[in-house]
Order: sequence, then structure tokens, then C-alpha cells
Amino acid sequence: MASAAVKTAKTETIRPGVWAQFRWTMSNALIITRREVRDSFRDWRIIAPIVILTFLFPFLAQFVAGQFVNYVTGFGAELIGERTIPFLLMVVGFFPISISLVIALETFVGEKERRSLEPLLSTPLTNTELYIGKTLAAMIPPLVSSFGGMAVYMGSLVFGELGWRPQPMLIVQIVTLTTVQALVMVTGAVVVSSQTTSTRAANLLASFIIIPMTLLIQGESAIMFLAPDAESSSGIGALWAIILGMVVVVTLLLRVGNSIFNREELLGRTIDQLNLKSAARRIWRHVWMVDATGRPARSLAEWYRGGVFASLGRIKTAAWITMAVFLLALAAGFALGQTPEWRLTLVATGSLSETATNLGQYMNISTQLGGFRFILWQNARILLAATLLAMFSFGVAALVLTPAVYVVLGYLLSQVMLSGVDPAFMFAGVLTHGIVEIPVIVIATAAALYLGAVVTKPPKGMTVGQAWMAALGDVIRIGIGVVLPGLVLAAAIEAYITPRVVLLVLGGG
Amino acid sequence: MIEAYELTKVFDDFLAVDRVSLSIPAGSVLALLGPNGAGKTTTVRMLTCILAPNSGRATVAGYDIIEQPEQVRAQVGVLTEQHGLYERMKAVEYLDFFGRVYRLEAAERRRRALNLMDRFGLTNALDKRLGEYSKGMKQKLALVRAMLHNPPVLLLDEPTSAMDPHSAKLVRDAIIELQRDERTFLITTHNLTEAQQLADKIAIIRSGRIIASGAFEELARQFVGDPVMELRTAAPFNGLVKDVSDLVMVESSGDDWIRYRTTDPYSINPALLRRVTGLGVDVVTLAPVSQTLEDVYLQVVKEDEGVPANGERSG
Repeated sequence: MASAAVKTAKTETIRPGVWAQFRWTMSNALIITRREVRDSFRDWRIIAPIVILTFLFPFLAQFVAGQFVNYVTGFGAELIGERTIPFLLMVVGFFPISISLVIALETFVGEKERRSLEPLLSTPLTNTELYIGKTLAAMIPPLVSSFGGMAVYMGSLVFGELGWRPQPMLIVQIVTLTTVQALVMVTGAVVVSSQTTSTRAANLLASFIIIPMTLLIQGESAIMFLAPDAESSSGIGALWAIILGMVVVVTLLLRVGNSIFNREELLGRTIDQLNLKSAARRIWRHVWMVDATGRPARSLAEWYRGGVFASLGRIKTAAWITMAVFLLALAAGFALGQTPEWRLTLVATGSLSETATNLGQYMNISTQLGGFRFILWQNARILLAATLLAMFSFGVAALVLTPAVYVVLGYLLSQVMLSGVDPAFMFAGVLTHGIVEIPVIVIATAAALYLGAVVTKPPKGMTVGQAWMAALGDVIRIGIGVVLPGLVLAAAIEAYITPRVVLLVLGGG
Repeated sequence: MIEAYELTKVFDDFLAVDRVSLSIPAGSVLALLGPNGAGKTTTVRMLTCILAPNSGRATVAGYDIIEQPEQVRAQVGVLTEQHGLYERMKAVEYLDFFGRVYRLEAAERRRRALNLMDRFGLTNALDKRLGEYSKGMKQKLALVRAMLHNPPVLLLDEPTSAMDPHSAKLVRDAIIELQRDERTFLITTHNLTEAQQLADKIAIIRSGRIIASGAFEELARQFVGDPVMELRTAAPFNGLVKDVSDLVMVESSGDDWIRYRTTDPYSINPALLRRVTGLGVDVVTLAPVSQTLEDVYLQVVKEDEGVPANGERSG
């Protein structure tokens, strides 16, 4: 009898084919979902708000909409009244999905707190099946309530006194927004839950989700009132942009959530203790170590050989992506400069050698030293800001902030070329120090991208925290070993040599 | 059925399990003993593929814990340290849920759930919400859950800790019965009497290291020495120790008793009896003083306290 069960388990856990695998995964995930949803509906603290928000709140919103429309019509502001109706539809939809955050925190960290997670983790279910099952369970009841509430609200308006005839695409947008917002909250809650062991701590950390979501809703509300295309049959453009942005955020959060929602992360953490000293010690050790055993470097040469180059090897993929983005940014700036509405009407007047003579007056030690300091500080702070922002944006900020300079550069190049001036001076002005500076900026940006993105897919055998600390160690190592010396050298060339090369090219040397 | 080789687990800077090796053949019971925080639960979690070892390897029911975690978990029934029941569910729903997770057919789920509930005396509580269960009932239900899919390997963390004596006996009987059916058990417990009663092999873990392992008799011989015999006389007898000193080395004595160790009770005991009766002393009993696992355990831990790291012994 035992062997029969064993055979069943053996044969059924390995299933060929993507579709069969997907069905198997979903079927397992839905076992979890069914249980969790049933459990949620047994909790009056969840049922009560869902019922109120589905069946009572829409009528209240409908009453408010009617009163408001009548009120503003009295002042000849019918437009505001009209736009309040879909705005309230969004509010009616949003209130129930805010419960999804509570259910998600309860489902993930609540179960961890009650210690009921371990028996589930001991079953053959995969991490992904558990993650999907619980995510769906956190989303379904609030979304059902949200859609129900919106249907009740719309029904009461369409068939009620106001006789509202909604723009179908706007309804689609609001429903889509509601769904992706619920997804953002639930996937965000998983990330929050993984960092805590108690619902109390999770609720405190949930403000990192609630506050941005509230700001977003305020933004969406303003858009719905002010958008010039509010009546468009294809929906409000800005709302589509928000939906797209949210889908990107959901994708990244799902990726992070799936890597965080693993048995090791869930049971490895036992207390919510922030041990900064220990973390700093580990990062520092990673900075100086030269092999997997954690042995510190005995000489600078060994540190470069075993440490810095190893870190550079790890950011190779990020470096290729960064280079591609930089080239795209340059091309985009150049292309933008070609469009008539962005074209500057530069006229080539005066001789370049005259310009060079004028510029030459400023070439002295004190201005050059000031220039050196300014260039170094400017480059360093941009890269530092990109690295810091990358940590909170899965690396995306690094790929937005630093390439922006290259858009400007591409644009300027196009304008110079369009004005008929020989662009050689520009190449001289950029490439003389750029030979050092550009690779250094690519490396620094790639390191920031790597640091931000590592949480979405930690290396095998590492938890998210371990991977992040190791990545931070890599970034510091690259920063000290490559970026800082590179920036100093590039700033020195830019301050002392580049101007002379430019003058030479301009004919004033 | 379970083969672990040098399993190691490090949490940040804390070495929780240090090169633990275990071998548990099919149909046998290994009791993993050790103080709180010794690494027992971490070892069980590694064997259940909940935690990944930093180094070392293991197979459970023929499956590799690193490469085939889902297959391993399908073969294992786990009773966790915390029972972790869903308190708003009824027992019948709870077992049905886990039956589904293990992909048992509906009829099979029900049949096995009812059988096991009956076996552990929980039939009357089938339709009760789990929040209403007593601590012992919860533990029994958790055990039923672990056995539901009829796994060949059972990893039980403190299986009887919250139970009354009757329930604990039911569980022990179930383990013995399942063992006869070629099931393999790894039990972690602080109940040394139970461990001695159930286990074919004992492993003592301390600070993440296995400091002793082997059958109880082997460990007893190794750590507390040869069996101790006790001879009791009908009346006080002065000079007994002196009169038998050429036969046995007396360890302790009273007015009407002596205790001694012997490596060869088959020849020494009859000779001693002949000597004592020859002296005209009436003997009431001559019996071995039972060595308990507690004696062994305390001795092992005591010795380890003075032993530097890596001083593993094997019985």
C-alpha cells in the first residue's frame, strides 16, 4: 500500500510539456487558493467589510454622486459633476481591494506567525505553486467585492435617476487599474511579509505600499478630472501609461516575490532583528575577500586579481545591457534633434579660432583645479545617486539617470552637425577624457543595475538578503577599485588636457 | 532509506549543523537526541528539503534532497515541532485538504483519514473545529496528517510531547507497527525513555555536531562502561566485599548488597553465587542494574563538554 502511494507521487511530480506543467502547477495552486478563500470567508473581520463595501458603499457613492452633480450644476460646472461619477467608480473599486493587502499580510506572514506554514512547506508543492495559490487567495475575495461594488454602483447610476451612460473604454480602464492595483498590493505584501515574522511588523511595513498607492490614486483622480482626453473613446492616455507602469511594477514584484517566497527565506528568518553591525561586517568581508572561503586579500595586486576582477565578471551581463541602453540613449538624442520641432536654429557665425582664443583666456591653474573638483564631484554624485535609486527600483533608476546625459549629448551632436559646424571639436571635447570616463560610467551604472536587480533573481543557494549583501560588496569593491580612480583620472584629463585638445582642434592652440 | 553525508547548515554567521552524517536503513528508527538548539530541527528541515544545506549531501527514500526536493517531500511524512493546524477548519476538511495536496483520490482520502482518526481515538472529533481541540488532540491530528499519504519515511519532531500516557502509548504502538511494515523513522525527542524503547539507533547531537551514535547497548558500553550487577543478601553480612574481592571489583556496597561491573556475567555470576552461598549467606537477588539512556546521554554530553570540536565518536 505504501509503495502504491510512493509510485503515485513519483510519477505525478514529473510531468512533461509546458502546457501540462502549467495545468499541473495551477491545479496544485488552486488547492491552496480554495482552502485559503474558504478560510477567509469564515473570518467575520474579512466578510463584514466585503459585504459593506460591495452592497452598501456603492449606494452611498451613488447618492453622493447625485447630490454633487446637482450641486455643481447649480454653479454651471456640469463638467466637474460628470467627471465625479467615474472618479467615484474608481473609489468604489479601490476600497475593497485595499482589503487584499490585509488578507495578503495575513495569508503570508500570519500563517508564518501561527506556525502553520511549515506543514505546508513539507508537502511536495513547489514554491511557485504555493506562491500562486496564496497570491490568488489574497486577490480573489477583494476583487470579487470590488467588481461587485462597481457593478452595483454602475447599475444604480445607469438605471437610476442620473441615467449615466459611461464611456466603455473608461470603464475598462478603471477595472484594469483596479485589478493591477490589487496585484501590486498583494505582490508588494509578499515582499513585505518576507522581511517580517509578525503581522504587527508587517502592518507597519505595509505603509511602504499604502502610501505610494494613495498617492497614485490621488494622481489618477487628478488625471480623471483634468485630462483633456477624458471623453476619448480610446480612454485616457495618462491612465494607460499608469496601467503600463503598474504592469511593469507587478512583473518586477512577482519576480522578487517568487524568488523570496521560498522555503529557505520563509523559515530561515526567525526574528525581526536588524543587526547593522553584523551586516556591515559581512559586507566589508565581501569587499576584501579574494575567494569563496572569504579569505581577505594579502596585497593590492591579489585584491584586484581575486576580488575586483571577479566582481567585474559578475556584472558582465549588466554591463552589456548598460552599453546597449547608452547607445540607444545617444541615438535617441540624435534622432530627437533631427525632428523639426526640436531643431535649434543655430547659425555658424564668427571663426572657430576666435572662439578658441576667447576660451584660451580661461585656461589657468586655478580655473582648471576648480574644474577638476567640479567634474569629479558632479560625476561622483550622479553615479552615487543612480546607485542609491537603483536599490529601490530594481536597478531601473540607474538605467534612466545616467543615460540621460547621452540623450543630451546625441541631441547636441545632431544640432552641431545640422548647423554645418565641423563636429570634430565635439568629439575632441568628449572622447579625450571619455576614453576613461565612458567605460568607468558604464561600469558604475552596470554595478548599480546589478545591485538593484539582484533581488529579483538571487544566485542559486543564496537568500535575497545574502545576495544583496554580496552584490553590495561587489559594488563597493568596484567603486573603490575601478570607479573612483577612473573618475579621478577622467576628471584630471577633462580639466587639464581636454580643453587644450579642443583648442587645438578649434585652431586656437 | 535515509543516507546523509556531512550535512552542514550555516545561518549568517551561526553554524547550526556541522557535518552531520546519518544512515537509517529501511524499517528502522533513529532517535536524534540533543539539547535545545542543538540542530535537530534544522537537520530534519534539511532532510525535508525545507532548508538547503550549505554543504554535504543526502538521499531520502532514494531521492536526492538537493536535486529532487518535490520527490523527497512526496515520500516523507513530517510532524513538525509546532503542529500548525488551521484552527477554523474541521478535522475532516483539514485532512481532505492535505489529501488533495498529496494527490490522493477522494475515496482514498476519506478512507485513510477515517482509519487514522479511529486509530488515534479521534473519531468523535472529526466534525469539530480544530481550534476546539486540546493540545494532545492537535498533536495526534498532526501525526495523522503526517501519515495520511502512507509515506515510507516519517520524520517526527517530539511526537508525544503533549500527549497523555494513553495517547503516547497509542503513538508508540503505531510507530512499532509501522516499523514492522518497513517504514523508516527519524524521531527527535527529549523523552529518553521513549527513545530507548523505540529506537534501533541513537544519535546525540550537540552544537550542530553528532557527538555519539550507535545502538543503545553500544553507546552504554562505550560511555557508561560494562553492565553493573547487584547482589542482595537476606541479612546484613559483614566482610562480604572482602570475601569476594578476588572474584569481582566491587564498585559500591551496603549492609546487605554489593554492586560490581563485569564483562563476563556468564562465568562471573555463577562463581560469585557459589562463593556467597558457600559462605552460608542467603541470596535474595542477583540482577543487572538497568542502564538507562539518560545515563548514557548525560555522560556523552558531559564528556563532550571537555572535548574540543570535531571530536566525533561512533558506537
